Amino acid sequence: MKTEIVMGEELKKAIHAKFGRSFHIREVDTGSCGACESEIIACSNPFYDIQRFGIDFVASPRHADALLVTGPVSKNMLTALKKTYEAMPGPKFVITLGDCALDGGIFKGSYYTEGGVKDILPVALHIPGCPPDPTTIIKSLLTFLK
Amino acid sequence: MSISEYIKIILDLTDVDIIESSMLYDDELHIKVDGGNFAKVCNLLHESLPSPVMMLFAEDMVSISGKFVLYCAFLDAEKRSWIFVRQDIAGDKGTFGSISKDMYSASLFEREIKEMFGIEPAGNPDLRSLRLHEEVWPKESHPLRKDFAVKRPSSFKGAKYEFRRVEGEGIFEVPVGPVHAGIIGPGHFRFSAAGEPIINLETRLGWTHRGIEKLLEGKDLASSVKIFECISGDTAFGYSLAFCHSIEKICAIIVPERAKLIRALFLELERIYNHVNDIGGIALDVGFTFPAQFASLIKEKALQLNEALSASRYLKGINTIGGVARDIDASQVLLLRERLPVIKKDIMTLEKLLFSNVSFMDRVDATGILRTRTARDLGVTGVAARASGIGHDLRKIFPGIYKTLNFNVQKEHPGDVAARLKVRFGEVKVSMDLVQECLEKLANSPDQLIGPVDTKEGFGLGYAECWRGPVLVWTRLDGKGRIARCKIVDPSFHNWEGLSFAVLGNIIPDFPLCNKSFDLSYSGNDL
Repeated sequence: MKTEIVMGEELKKAIHAKFGRSFHIREVDTGSCGACESEIIACSNPFYDIQRFGIDFVASPRHADALLVTGPVSKNMLTALKKTYEAMPGPKFVITLGDCALDGGIFKGSYYTEGGVKDILPVALHIPGCPPDPTTIIKSLLTFLK
Repeated sequence: MSISEYIKIILDLTDVDIIESSMLYDDELHIKVDGGNFAKVCNLLHESLPSPVMMLFAEDMVSISGKFVLYCAFLDAEKRSWIFVRQDIAGDKGTFGSISKDMYSASLFEREIKEMFGIEPAGNPDLRSLRLHEEVWPKESHPLRKDFAVKRPSSFKGAKYEFRRVEGEGIFEVPVGPVHAGIIGPGHFRFSAAGEPIINLETRLGWTHRGIEKLLEGKDLASSVKIFECISGDTAFGYSLAFCHSIEKICAIIVPERAKLIRALFLELERIYNHVNDIGGIALDVGFTFPAQFASLIKEKALQLNEALSASRYLKGINTIGGVARDIDASQVLLLRERLPVIKKDIMTLEKLLFSNVSFMDRVDATGILRTRTARDLGVTGVAARASGIGHDLRKIFPGIYKTLNFNVQKEHPGDVAARLKVRFGEVKVSMDLVQECLEKLANSPDQLIGPVDTKEGFGLGYAECWRGPVLVWTRLDGKGRIARCKIVDPSFHNWEGLSFAVLGNIIPDFPLCNKSFDLSYSGNDL
């Protein structure tokens, strides 16, 4: 728990310095099983409370600094993914979360998945796991923002 | 009652020629008829049992027998059996008589068969694709045919999906999704409204389609279990359980008592964290944030407990063919005994917070009513059905290890958001007690965790009453222990339609509330 507090403090400083206390993330599910979503939501629960570090999940891509993508990109979601990215104001970057979003993961080779967000959008950070737990998500964001 | 008597009772319902009938397992009756009698026999079972169409699916046997086989499954809750009616469809003909005019619960399945196999249910007026969206997939390409190749025709341009249109003065449409404001799965909701009340809701799903049934074909059992854990992440345990059950049935594997108890324990733990999550979601969607945050903390405690027991917050890696890969040791029993009462106390507090608040109750009472008759016609199952007065629960119908455990099915009648909320609270409490009971029984059960596994060829239905409702997995194994065909039905498949009916006449701002009270799976539906 103590290391998490230290980690959180560092994260807070990094966000204050780089994003003026408001690092905003828009999430898009491109075919995930829902476990990644559950863990992203858990980041905001009172136990982890990611908002205290200056990170928030926003309802519209227009308000976002970063796009957080889960899932192996099903063919049906390809257009929606691109449109969401296009709707974001710059500067912007993409984070992928969960093993599927890296290269299709367990769904690799399916007739209906594009397999890997990096082939579609420029990805700045990948958070591995199936699903990554909230501590891993927070840690990865910190390491990246530093 | 003997098996032969049972077959006789069922066959006496009909005066048509039965080509073949057999009790494949003690909970599976199979009847084969010709195409001309298929609809008649199905309809008789549908009305006399009564049962909605629980499954309707095809299998490509063209390379073996030159035919497709069509299976339709019903549930005989009273006599505790599944009844499969099947017919052969000539491979070069590729059509069968639609049965959905008399049995609406068959209609989505027929659309699925059309898109996945290219077999036409003649007479079904709605043959739009469910999952293979017209915009990105050519309609001549049918993935579940054995001769399917991914290659798209070069001329493919993409077609347009036609929503049902409501017309008239003052009618307007509100399109929502697939990307939503919250952090949830993708779905498209097309509301037609006049003023505030919803006149029609069309839900277009399939956005998270990953081709799971095709992906499973040719896979070995161990990798299949892993795929099942990723069909709907919130039901990782329930899905892998239903799959293991189908294989254990086909291969006559005896699952040790201890493994059965551990499976029941985890199935209930999965129910607890998900129901709590849903209850919090209901509070959140009426803007009652304190109980919503409180519920998210209870869920977090439950997930951390899962991790302490299984090294996975979402209960992955426990189920294996023949039993479980993890035991519950003495220190974990202590941990459960210590933490469960805390979670239970929190849930009681949460219940009091919500039910004692007049403005909260005003929002959930009489909102989003799903009538019993509608639920029956649509084939709605699980929590949504039990809140509308249909008291089916597979844990009671096919008890297995639950025979030794004490519990009551939670049922309500009004079918509104409040009823679904009450069913969930009731079920969470029941699950708490069931976990305690499992713990007591585990103390005296022998150590064995996995029964001897010897695979053989065959097919069978596996199932589990998961937190949303019954998850059904029909599998055919080939002679090499690999999957030849797998059909999966998530309770969400029919329940999404239940939601479309429940919201009629309600105002659009109450949609999130109704939606959350059903708490359906996008990924389980889309497969």
